[in-house]
Amino acid sequence: MSPADLLRRLLWVIPTLFGVAVIVFVLLRVVPGDPVAMMIPPGASMADVDNLRALYGLDRPIVVQFGAWLADVARGNFGTSISLRQNVMKLVLGRLPATLELCLCAIVLAVTLGLLLGVAAVHWRRRWPETVVDGFAGLGIAIPDFLWGLLFILVLGVLWPVLPVSGRIDPRIAFEPATQFYAVEALFTGRFDVLGELLAHMLLPAAALALPLAASLARVVKASLAEAMNQDYVMLVRAKGYSRARIIWRVALRNALIPAVTLTGVQFTFLVGGTVLIETIFSYPGIGNLAIAAVMQRDLPLIQGLVLTFAVLFIAINLAVDATYALLDPRVGAP
Amino acid sequence: MNARNRARFGGAFLLLLAVLAIAAPLIAPHDPLEQDLLSTFRPPVWMEHGSAMFLLGTDSLGRDVLSRLIFGARAAITVAVVAAVLAGLLGTALGLLAGFFGGRIDTAISRLVEIWMAFPPVLLSIVLAAVLGAGLHTVVIAIVVIDWTRFCRVIRAEVLVQKSRDYVASALTIGLGPVAILRSEIAPNVAPLFVTLLSLEMGIAIVVEAVLSFAGLSVANDTATWGSMIQEGRQFVRQAWWLMALPMACIIVSVLATQALGDGVRELADPLMRRSKR
Repeated sequence: MSPADLLRRLLWVIPTLFGVAVIVFVLLRVVPGDPVAMMIPPGASMADVDNLRALYGLDRPIVVQFGAWLADVARGNFGTSISLRQNVMKLVLGRLPATLELCLCAIVLAVTLGLLLGVAAVHWRRRWPETVVDGFAGLGIAIPDFLWGLLFILVLGVLWPVLPVSGRIDPRIAFEPATQFYAVEALFTGRFDVLGELLAHMLLPAAALALPLAASLARVVKASLAEAMNQDYVMLVRAKGYSRARIIWRVALRNALIPAVTLTGVQFTFLVGGTVLIETIFSYPGIGNLAIAAVMQRDLPLIQGLVLTFAVLFIAINLAVDATYALLDPRVGAP
Repeated sequence: MNARNRARFGGAFLLLLAVLAIAAPLIAPHDPLEQDLLSTFRPPVWMEHGSAMFLLGTDSLGRDVLSRLIFGARAAITVAVVAAVLAGLLGTALGLLAGFFGGRIDTAISRLVEIWMAFPPVLLSIVLAAVLGAGLHTVVIAIVVIDWTRFCRVIRAEVLVQKSRDYVASALTIGLGPVAILRSEIAPNVAPLFVTLLSLEMGIAIVVEAVLSFAGLSVANDTATWGSMIQEGRQFVRQAWWLMALPMACIIVSVLATQALGDGVRELADPLMRRSKR
């Protein structure tokens, strides 16, 4: 991607985000459930209701509300959450690190698993590992993260309880982090007991998020690696007497990786979107969990802030992925 | 399994599901809403304390799980067929327009798709369901509103490919108009792809129903759906794990069936793929 292309993509971010903001705002204004009605104690007078409504600006015309909200958002002010009575920006930023750590864990898991399985299928072609990998890929692609999550809870949390299936860290552990990036902080302060605890809590939700991507990656790596193995340069090194493992890892894999990177990029946003359900299933305190709670509570400012946060994340990931191709494959973006 | 068998397995299972759905009142051994508070949390018949009265056990209110699963197939098939067809028609129509006419129409539609896809789909469907209120029609609308992009993107790309083929050039040469070309040249060639996407979408729709039930937004309590059964079973998973496992198994097998049907059809319809497999 040339600098001009990148700039053009960056400029498109603004109208896209604006479109997202308009849709969310309009959608939420027709919610039948009245958020104010949910927060008043029984026995409040009509005047109390009107006061509250005025406090949150819900009594003004919809266009005025939208203008005021947009102006606030542009200044980084997303308003106050109705159900939690805290600043939305603060709430979202407080929860975001947990989600980012979970996504990072999931993507590492997905790429490692997908790569190893894809390579294994080619290394042991026409033998049982290939059959196993094909079967795994079929199941992994067909079954969505939501069902994997429930399945893990059922099998590894209840029937054969080996791993924690709820929360981020055992509250009995003495750990007072300065930031919300628990795992990063534990790593750098040398608290490996805490890190292990965090990873144990993250393993099942991360695996549920990772499996569908790992399955498609295994399939793509297998296909492109098998194709690379038929190329002349592989024949050449084979004639030179390299071992099969060495040919795969050192020679063929490098050329087979570009489709895998493309797929990871495309699927990354799906993985991040999956946190909404997976965090709720595993009671993991990130923004996905917060989002479902916000919808249940009809907490308009919080929902708006969260949907925009997700949209920004999605757009940023897509941009980063496009920029990565340009680095990896010199043909992309060449004139 | 080869393509023909996969398509057969998928089609046969979905057909079975449809029969169960239509004939549910005749097949189900009990009324799915009938409560029997004296026999709650009965395990399936093959486990200890199981009873032949309730082949797959009973739930927290003593309702027969097998009957609820059979009636749940009704909701699943209805949502799957209606939502997938509507999303498919909308997305395909826009995809055909965008791919065939190109230019401004293409830019407008593609931009719309891009904005749409900046939403996390799950969150959007939950917000939509919250707005529209609970009910199966909500599930259908949520799926159509979100998943038309899936059809639109793929069909548009396929039309772009087909448009550059010689047969379209020939049709232009003999003086066919754009509508005629779309209808009699391009549409038949994207049809297998449409069927494949439709089949996959049916599986997705069944999962979306479960997801919305999970968020408490699918249907009122008086209808049995697989999603609401999972949600109820989740609360008792430590005392009666089968309450969650059985409806999950139904969803997983259905999704695998739609996938097998879709894959099979795509392979059968594509002579190149068929040849290379032999």
